[in-house]
Amino acid sequence: MSHQETDISRRQFLGKAAAAGLMIAPGVMLYKVAQARAPEMPASSSNRWGMLIDTSKCATGCSDCVTACQTENGWGGENSNEVHSAPTQQAHWIRKVKLTDKQTGHVQSLPLMCQHCENPPCVDVCPTGASMKRADGIVLVDKHICIGCRYCMMACPYKARSFIHEELHNQIPYAPRGKGTVESCTMCVQRVDNNGTPACVEACNSEGHKAMYFGDLNDPSSDISKRLKEYGATEIRADLELNTGVRYQGI
Amino acid sequence: MKTLTYKMIDGNSSGYLALLAILGLFVLAGATAFFYMEHNGHWVTGMSNQVVWGIPHVFAVFLIVSASGALNVASISSVFNRKIYKPLAPLSAVLALTLLLGGLTILVLDLGRPDRLIVAMTKYNFKSIFAWNMILYNGFLAIVGVYVWFMLERKMNKFSRYAGFAAFFWRLILTTGTGAIFGFLVARDAYDVAIMAPMFIIMSFAYGLAIFNIVTIAIYSWTDRQLGDVIFERLRTLLGVFIGAVFYFVTVYHLTKLYATKHHGVENFILVDGGIYTTLFWLGQVIIGLLIPAILVFHPAFAKSRKALVSASVLVIAGGLSQMYVTIIGGQAYPLEMFPGKIIESSFFDGGIKAYTPSLPELALGLGGFALSLLMIALAIKVLRLIPDNLSDAEIDPHHKA
Amino acid sequence: MAYSQRLSRKAIAWLIGAVLVLPLTTFAEVPSPVIPKAKGDKCVRPTEIMRKDHMKFLLHHREETVREGIRTKKDSLKECIACHNAPDKNGKVARIGSPEHFCSTCHNYAAVKIDCFECHADKPANTQYRHSLAEGDSPHHPGMKSEDKVLSGKTLEILTAKGDKE
Repeated sequence: MSHQETDISRRQFLGKAAAAGLMIAPGVMLYKVAQARAPEMPASSSNRWGMLIDTSKCATGCSDCVTACQTENGWGGENSNEVHSAPTQQAHWIRKVKLTDKQTGHVQSLPLMCQHCENPPCVDVCPTGASMKRADGIVLVDKHICIGCRYCMMACPYKARSFIHEELHNQIPYAPRGKGTVESCTMCVQRVDNNGTPACVEACNSEGHKAMYFGDLNDPSSDISKRLKEYGATEIRADLELNTGVRYQGI
Repeated sequence: MKTLTYKMIDGNSSGYLALLAILGLFVLAGATAFFYMEHNGHWVTGMSNQVVWGIPHVFAVFLIVSASGALNVASISSVFNRKIYKPLAPLSAVLALTLLLGGLTILVLDLGRPDRLIVAMTKYNFKSIFAWNMILYNGFLAIVGVYVWFMLERKMNKFSRYAGFAAFFWRLILTTGTGAIFGFLVARDAYDVAIMAPMFIIMSFAYGLAIFNIVTIAIYSWTDRQLGDVIFERLRTLLGVFIGAVFYFVTVYHLTKLYATKHHGVENFILVDGGIYTTLFWLGQVIIGLLIPAILVFHPAFAKSRKALVSASVLVIAGGLSQMYVTIIGGQAYPLEMFPGKIIESSFFDGGIKAYTPSLPELALGLGGFALSLLMIALAIKVLRLIPDNLSDAEIDPHHKA
Repeated sequence: MAYSQRLSRKAIAWLIGAVLVLPLTTFAEVPSPVIPKAKGDKCVRPTEIMRKDHMKFLLHHREETVREGIRTKKDSLKECIACHNAPDKNGKVARIGSPEHFCSTCHNYAAVKIDCFECHADKPANTQYRHSLAEGDSPHHPGMKSEDKVLSGKTLEILTAKGDKE
């Protein structure tokens, strides 16, 4: 199945839901549209982008989100441009993690990536300010001023960051990445800035798994906020009180 | 006390030139390793996305910590006004400078983008310990530089005590900063404990003094100058006290970690079944780095032995490097605890102990930085009047009876 | 004294002469860069300004884009490349470092090293994969019109400003 036929953006998903007769008033739809940002407008702190992952729907062995991220951002996969790096040295923006309960043997599966903390340790420790958080909560590396000290990798509790161990070629124009700098999940900032949805979420939905949701945590009427309110969710390493932008149900 | 004459070494003996040549070769190997790593990228090293800091950081942090400790003798003379240490204060301060420069060189050359050093110097994130450290390191170089100048320039001698005070406080902050690089890392079980900062300060005392002892005794014996028993005795007992203090801090650090159940995993890893890390901890850090040197320093049989003190100092350095390896690499090898009570597996090597094997270029870079420090001090004593001609008991001890 | 003064004056004269002649000899040996023709008909600013200050605009824009998420096209490096280093009719495209590449041609000549393309793509996106230039098309969903997928800024403007009234 090709990407084009099946991918469902957040907006279209909502549209279908409305057509299906769910209680989404036209006003909500209009509100969403009014929230959309023009290219010349900066990211705003009135938004906080986040993700919700329903681990009960995340299938062990499925890695559609990972593949979609690789295609979108040009890392790893079959055509990896890290040809010299050992597997332990290759970048991973998102990975599927299998959890087995030590006592009960219960097995779970979930995608793990940058958790886009409100108080990110990587941003705290970065000497130059290359590690940064945008106004809308997306945590990024400004590779223009990253010196490659890797202190952020020491500080990240989620092992979300990767260092590029070799010269890269054929990067994707939307996702610059290169030797000697650190990188991680950008929440597909290039898509979000175009009022789109991260590739992983899109892939998960279009394949019909619907284990991932993306949206504005600051907007009480967003699908993600409603779900969070209704079902609740957990932060990984909640003890650190980082207030992550990525939340999990069922762990 | 008589007036001491400070003299440069002649520096034309074949032994001296051979020393320079050997150190120079190591520096050259380090430089070659840097160009090799910089050209290819870090894939040629053993470092990875699992163990992000490797053997270069072991050497770099060790040298930076030692730099602060090498200032001990100068600090004791100026801050605590112990006149007997004063003759060796200039050497102590210059050694502190060269050790710091060697350590920083390694750190900078290991960066992913060493070409952007200027960025690190111009853009500061003031919440970052690293950024603070860059200010602390540069400040240390400046303050100790001024201190050396005040000591060497007769007209400025009267101010040297104030510069000594400033240097003393600065070095305490500096080593606190170095310890805090690890102590403030909340993510990893082996770190995240405030005792790391004072522990690093105490370790700096021991490691720095050990290097200072070796350098001093080497200079005095190779140049046929006299180093009396009085000053020797001070250096020996001082090292003994510092070894004891390090022992205390290492014990308290592990007791703190052992008390909380959530840290039992990492403690078990370091102390019981961590393979190389357990070996390096018990054999390297504890037995070689603390117990044997303690015996060499305190046992009456070795009280007058210069060789015993040099051996003890060499062992303290070996123990210090082991400690840095266990702290820096062991701390990363142990997996992040993200899901308590669960076994975690992934394609990104979650769960499980992370493997690390240092590659030759990394090792060469680390050793090259160490050699650079020693090369600089070897050259400094040839071009600067740093060392008194004669430190025999008769020269420095007012109570000496011949 | 007078002799030596005269001598130094002579030396200075020679030196000035040499400096004046030097560029001529250099120009004679190294041909001026051949600047490839851009795909579009007009640049975002006059050529004289761009030639001198392109880096200023790029630096400013990079801050805005990375730090604030402003994604206007005017000073975007991606757009420069899309226009100035477009593939030819046979789909062949110059790579960075080669004298045919728009950036390299001058930078090689002036011996000014740039590291932009250690991270950034030196050629436009594969059009099979993405289509960022055609306004109205979604950058993420090739071949699909935006009204089905992600809304473009223009569409949004119509929807929000005019949509209600009409």
